[in-house]
Amino acid sequence: MRHTILAAGLTTIAGAAFAQTPVLTVYTYDSFIPDWGPGPAIEAAFEETCGCDLQFVGAGDGAALLSRIRLEGARSGADVVLGLDTNLTAAAAATGLFAPHGIEAPGLTLPVSWDDPLFLPFDWGYFAFVHDTSLQDVPGSFEELAASDVSIVIQDPRSSTPGLGLLLWVQKAYGDRAGEIWEGLSDNIVTVTPGWSEAYGLFLDGEADMVLSYTTSPAYHLIAEEDPTKTAAPFAEGHYMQIEVAGVLAGTDQPELARAFLAFMLTEGFQSVIPTTNWMYPAALPAEALPEGFETLIQPGQALLYDAGEAAAVRDGAIETWQRALSR
Amino acid sequence: MERTGAVLAALVALAVLGPLVAVAFAAEGPGRLGPADFAAIRFTLLQAALSALFSVLAAIPVARALARRRFAGRRLLVAVMGAPFILPVIVAVLGLLAIFGRAGWLNAAFEALGMGTVSIYGLGGIVLAHVFLNLPLAVRLLLQAWLSVPSERMRLAASLGFSDGDMRRHFERPILCAVLPGALTIIFLICATSFAVALILGGGPRATTVELAIYQAFRFDFDLGRAALLGLVQVLICLAAGLLALGLVRGGEMGFGLDRPARPWPGDGPVARGLDVLSIVGASVFLLLPLLAILLEGLAALPGLPSQVWEAALRSIVVALGSTALTVAMALPIALFAAGGRGRGGVEAVTALSISVSPLVVGTGLFLILFPIVDPVPLALPVTGLVNALVALPFILRALIPAARAAEAGQGRLADALGMTGWTRLRLAILPRLRRPLGFGAGLAAAFSMGDLGVIALFSSPGEATLPMEMYRLMGSYRTDDAEGAAVLLMLLALALFWAFDRGGRVDAVA
Repeated sequence: MRHTILAAGLTTIAGAAFAQTPVLTVYTYDSFIPDWGPGPAIEAAFEETCGCDLQFVGAGDGAALLSRIRLEGARSGADVVLGLDTNLTAAAAATGLFAPHGIEAPGLTLPVSWDDPLFLPFDWGYFAFVHDTSLQDVPGSFEELAASDVSIVIQDPRSSTPGLGLLLWVQKAYGDRAGEIWEGLSDNIVTVTPGWSEAYGLFLDGEADMVLSYTTSPAYHLIAEEDPTKTAAPFAEGHYMQIEVAGVLAGTDQPELARAFLAFMLTEGFQSVIPTTNWMYPAALPAEALPEGFETLIQPGQALLYDAGEAAAVRDGAIETWQRALSR
Repeated sequence: MERTGAVLAALVALAVLGPLVAVAFAAEGPGRLGPADFAAIRFTLLQAALSALFSVLAAIPVARALARRRFAGRRLLVAVMGAPFILPVIVAVLGLLAIFGRAGWLNAAFEALGMGTVSIYGLGGIVLAHVFLNLPLAVRLLLQAWLSVPSERMRLAASLGFSDGDMRRHFERPILCAVLPGALTIIFLICATSFAVALILGGGPRATTVELAIYQAFRFDFDLGRAALLGLVQVLICLAAGLLALGLVRGGEMGFGLDRPARPWPGDGPVARGLDVLSIVGASVFLLLPLLAILLEGLAALPGLPSQVWEAALRSIVVALGSTALTVAMALPIALFAAGGRGRGGVEAVTALSISVSPLVVGTGLFLILFPIVDPVPLALPVTGLVNALVALPFILRALIPAARAAEAGQGRLADALGMTGWTRLRLAILPRLRRPLGFGAGLAAAFSMGDLGVIALFSSPGEATLPMEMYRLMGSYRTDDAEGAAVLLMLLALALFWAFDRGGRVDAVA
């Protein structure tokens, strides 16, 4: 007991000593934080200039992150949320918990225009089916895939962000014909996993010919493992995008610092860390500045994306169509 | 001690149901269940019932064989065979797929022989995986019951010249009648909250379980009302299963002996021997091959694991030990209370709530309760330890209560007649008979806490990750090789902890 009191006392003293250094708390998804993720390098770069202590807090994946913010409500300990995607921002905006960022961002290198007053993008990617280069007769569209006997692993749109991305991809490309496409795909689908990790693990273990992932996934194998045998299949319909964003919470006690962090997010100190830690395209870095190896990735002809409001509106119907088609 | 047990059981129920109520109160309105939810409930019940049935049926010959055979490495086999039960689900699934998957050893063998391929995906795959995960638990529960038969009885049977059939009639049937309902129930409950196994091996949305519906409600819909309602459905399923099991339990009193070692089995013969060899070899191959596959894939990466993984491993060991101490401290008084009088079997059903309620509901509910009072992030590890202890409690009780009852029946009256009370009575009369189930339960609690992702994912902060969580992080960052190495580390540590407490089930021990 005495030790506890002593420890509590020391903590208080230590807390007082650090009181001059403001703390910026950033909630993010789990894979952002580890040594091999973008977190540590970004923390070091920002702390060099901000005169603050940047603390990342992990909360599952993108969808779990939003649930966490909603659970905490206006009393949230977070100043910034980093890692929502455009399929979640409508719901996030509707909570009223986010404040306008007020930042002009002319240097964005997204393939689409950006004018969201609450959220700023930090990276993006195209969903794609990744396969081994040894695969014969690689399908070039959903219709070809459905007609082929190529096997795929996908993620469940009810529990996974990439799963939801695939759902919206088919919906955006085929509209009313989405159900038909899913029925055609049903005999190609080996299985549906709860999240990206399980699906990618199954693919690497040889359970399926292709896995739903990103066009940037082969870059990991090429750069980190020097393995050039993974590639992504370009689809004629175009590829659906995932744009990952950050926003400032209205209840923050560090509004200046939070906005400074969002501004820093679009500078090179942050952006240049992204490609080889998060394995996505940075949102504000010209193509020439990408690391060697990224030039080998496929470049989709057309970028598909629902804006935040549309994505929220079509989601429930699309899930129902998916469920019906695959339950037959 | 007994009163403490009743109070503790009530606290356990509160710790499980409190979070559920907290989630319901945070909801903006009452939840409603749609047709998809009812389909999910039906599917959950179906797959859980089939999984429990097959796990227990397969366990009967294996437990019988392990009880009556002596061979070198028996203790080690008993310990290692328990591994699937304590592995994180995704590791177990990947191990299983290495054998039964499209690119697995089985299909490779079929292909080499020019036969067609088999697909694991579908209801059959779910049941296969659940049997893989739960057969070890079923075997151990049945084995405990066999080992509790006093050797004096066996000697009597031998001197009466019992045949194999006589043994079945007078020993096996009463033992099974006593232990099967509980074993079936506990495995049914584990499978009823299954989510990743059912989805990955079920092959698609046909295999939607209640737990997945809860996930959806929390994550994308943020419909707390629906999540709480689905959590309540899980509680009702648990209570119904618990009541059913209580109604089915028949006394399996095997009497009491002087704890002398068992003699060779009466009624033994070549047929019985052949069947036992087949059971033990079959179960070993089925349970150990996937583990071997995991080991082969990950062993090479083990030495080069990032330092974060080793730190996480240390943290996990501390959490597991704390969690085990807590589990044992709760389990002993509750078991003594349950064994102390008639009509107290319901206590066990109450504590079983902790495995039947979705970890997501419990985690979220705890978060809602803690958040207004303290910052939950620094509490991540203690809360994880507490929740792991609650989840391990039903397993240890399942092993402990029958043993406590038997000890009470056999030694209790004598102890009372001698005027023994309190600690002396417990130490001299009861505890020596609880050594085996207590060691097993503590081992299970430790290993289980080691391997469980638990609620920490909801609370995590950078420096606080546990080993399972670090493994998931590696998987989520393409680092499959390191993740496989971490999985091997996790498996070895969990097994080592399990062995440290359980000592191979003490199957060769005198008492």
